[in-house]
Amino acid sequence: MAVRVLCSVLFPSGVNMSRVRSVVPAVRGLLLFLVVLLSSSACSNANKDGGPSAAPQPKAPQATNLPTGAQSANEQEDGQWLMPAKNYASTRYSGLDQINSDNVKTLKVAWTFSTGVNRGHEAAPLVVGDTMYVVTPYPNILYALDLKNPGSVKWKYEPDPAAAAQGVACCDLVNRGAAFYDGTIFYNTLDAHTVAVDAATGRELWKTQVGDINKGETVTMAPIVVKGKVLVGNSGGEFGVRGWIQALNVGDGKVAWKAYNTGPDTDVLIGADFKPFYAKDQGKDLGVSTWPPDQWKIGGGTVWGWISYDPELNLIYYGSGNPGPWNPDARPGDNKWTCSVIARDADTGAAKWAYQVGPHDLYDWDGINESLLVELPFNGQQRKVLVRPERDGYVYIFDRVTGEVLSAEPFAHLTATKGVDLKTGELAHVEEKKPGTGKVVRDICPAAPGAKDWEPSAFSPKTGLVYIPHQNLCMDFEGVEANYIAGTPYVGANVKMYAGPGDGHRGEFTAWDPVAQRAVWKIEERFPVWSGAVVTAGDVVFYGTMDGFFKAVNARTGEVVWQFKVGSGIIGQPIVYKGPDGREYVAVLSGVGGWSGAVVAGGLDPRDPTGALGYLNAMGDLPQYTTKGGMLYVFSLP
Amino acid sequence: MKHLLRNIVDAVRGRPAFILPPSAFILLLFASCMREERGFRVSPPPSGRVQTVRLTELQPGPAQPMEVTQNAYEQNAYAVSEGKRLYEQMNCVGCHFHGGGGIGPPLMDARWIYGSDPSQIFSTIVQGRPNGMPSFRNKLNDDQVWKITAYVRSLSGQVEKDVAPSRSDDMSGPPPESSTEKKPPVKSGGIPKSAEMPK
Repeated sequence: MAVRVLCSVLFPSGVNMSRVRSVVPAVRGLLLFLVVLLSSSACSNANKDGGPSAAPQPKAPQATNLPTGAQSANEQEDGQWLMPAKNYASTRYSGLDQINSDNVKTLKVAWTFSTGVNRGHEAAPLVVGDTMYVVTPYPNILYALDLKNPGSVKWKYEPDPAAAAQGVACCDLVNRGAAFYDGTIFYNTLDAHTVAVDAATGRELWKTQVGDINKGETVTMAPIVVKGKVLVGNSGGEFGVRGWIQALNVGDGKVAWKAYNTGPDTDVLIGADFKPFYAKDQGKDLGVSTWPPDQWKIGGGTVWGWISYDPELNLIYYGSGNPGPWNPDARPGDNKWTCSVIARDADTGAAKWAYQVGPHDLYDWDGINESLLVELPFNGQQRKVLVRPERDGYVYIFDRVTGEVLSAEPFAHLTATKGVDLKTGELAHVEEKKPGTGKVVRDICPAAPGAKDWEPSAFSPKTGLVYIPHQNLCMDFEGVEANYIAGTPYVGANVKMYAGPGDGHRGEFTAWDPVAQRAVWKIEERFPVWSGAVVTAGDVVFYGTMDGFFKAVNARTGEVVWQFKVGSGIIGQPIVYKGPDGREYVAVLSGVGGWSGAVVAGGLDPRDPTGALGYLNAMGDLPQYTTKGGMLYVFSLP
Repeated sequence: MKHLLRNIVDAVRGRPAFILPPSAFILLLFASCMREERGFRVSPPPSGRVQTVRLTELQPGPAQPMEVTQNAYEQNAYAVSEGKRLYEQMNCVGCHFHGGGGIGPPLMDARWIYGSDPSQIFSTIVQGRPNGMPSFRNKLNDDQVWKITAYVRSLSGQVEKDVAPSRSDDMSGPPPESSTEKKPPVKSGGIPKSAEMPK
């Protein structure tokens, strides 16, 4: 190891020649001698071990300009995939069109790679130059795969997260992916650390502890890099943690700013710039006054989902998770800023506007879903909007400058709410569906994972449609006493989920027209669609199912044109890229798990309908359709 | 059978039953036999007992039988129901739910990663286990842990039906502990999560 370090010191990729020339000739001679000696013996030894070569490294592209995805930007499609959502606008739209809705029916497996991990694989692979990067669920191994020699491992990095973290991860041991920036891969580990790894060598550059597993904090989200800062948020809404988002400097991993989603304005980074659109979200220290005393300290509002960024407005957008505990009787009040959409200044973290989607959440409807930043005509005017298919079953369309809700139309079967008043921003609840302690409320639709959970949707500027993977689930809910014991679940509810209306199908894939505010087509799936979506310029949408089918759909008609049965159910995020050979590829991780797939990944016993926070009742037949096992699949035309 | 039941119902209501077959009497007799014999001064095993417990059957040299711990609380319905109350209050239910598991493994099946003997369960609760099971040392006293231990074993039918809780006061979950089919623990135990990770 020491030899390798010395070699890289003696052969830096960019040697400063002027400094070398100024060195006294004798010293130069000695240096030259040492260099020759070491390079002939030690460095060749390092190579024999199969370790990284000390010769000039095949440097990963140093891209510091990440794709914005803004429709107005007219960006060139470079065929890479540098962040899970493809671009800052989170559209998951690939400009590649070799594979189109006509020829996709001939798609074939190009190569595969086993991750060796058996838990739920929710991550998106990244493609940078001729390398693909794959992050596994716990133990969070990062593989660098050579695309020129498909499937071969360039290097592997193991962060060795604390095994105990497995006991405070609510919903399987997932990881939602990594982010590339400036020659570095950034990602989070289950035991609440953020790591920076040299994309060329696999060397750890820094590792920062961002949370504490003893308080129930884990990190499962994929970070996003904005203006030299890595944005990270915590998980643990079922453990009574206090939700936050923080920015780490890409260079050294030091915290640049940290904003909580509950508590006093100073902690939430609410200042003079904070201008929420609706009166319901205006006031001082609402993160304290909308809670019983001190409850905000254990009140959730985590950030385990998606963050988007608008470079023009210099704002980041994200949503916060559910309040804790689930039993709403324990926390009278609006419980700000849980279940909220929040816009912050990308440099300072200062809040710009916020909208609480679910004041005093009753059903675990986290607000962590993705924010798609697109431009749409509204009332004859082109608006900068933010599209959010929410857990509560509505597609919200915000004016992303002001935070005004322009539209909130349901995309799923709803029984617990009656719509959103666009004047006041209030969500109307159905009185008899409100749960409480010792009270069993039946037929609440959607169920706790919502009409749509974390699984990200895609937007095609060509079709103008949003492609939404989601659930069709309802639930019975009973509030019970919740005791806060740090590091243990803080839920206070018994839940049983089951299929919503229909033939027992629990999943749906919906194409949504955000301008007409209606569904254009819909595909029903046996199990919740827990995978992400991706759409291409070839008018093909890809997604996977929990029973293990990877599907290609005509983006305009909703016709399933092609499907392939993979080894284990798919809950990962598909990506589309251009290989070193100039051809278009589609890649996805298979490996069932996650909250919905815990029955398989965790070997649960379906006789208990309340298991896995009530999801077990709806998933008892999943083991008949799939087994666990992580595998990457890459497809191409023959 | 229907006829027989009606006769019994009638008999209970005090109506004159024309024919009460002897089988009904025998049935009633057996029903009374199924009652728990409540000991009012039972003591759980001494906690030192868990010091000697092994986690594996494998031992070099001649085979030695695994020790079996008798937890007197497993014959005591009150203690088992107290164990159930503690199981819920201490948030065991948050990970293992009502036996089906979620964050933690199921407790109603026959696979015991860290052993099914009461002493093994006791030490799992007190010491914690490296793949996510927290240590509850100093959170519960020994007596409470033995009660939880008795309840945990009732989830997989390891406790007599007359002692195990029969009906929950909550929304219906899995079949009551008293109706859970008893399955002998799998001999080799279960696979700990750590064994699933590549190294």
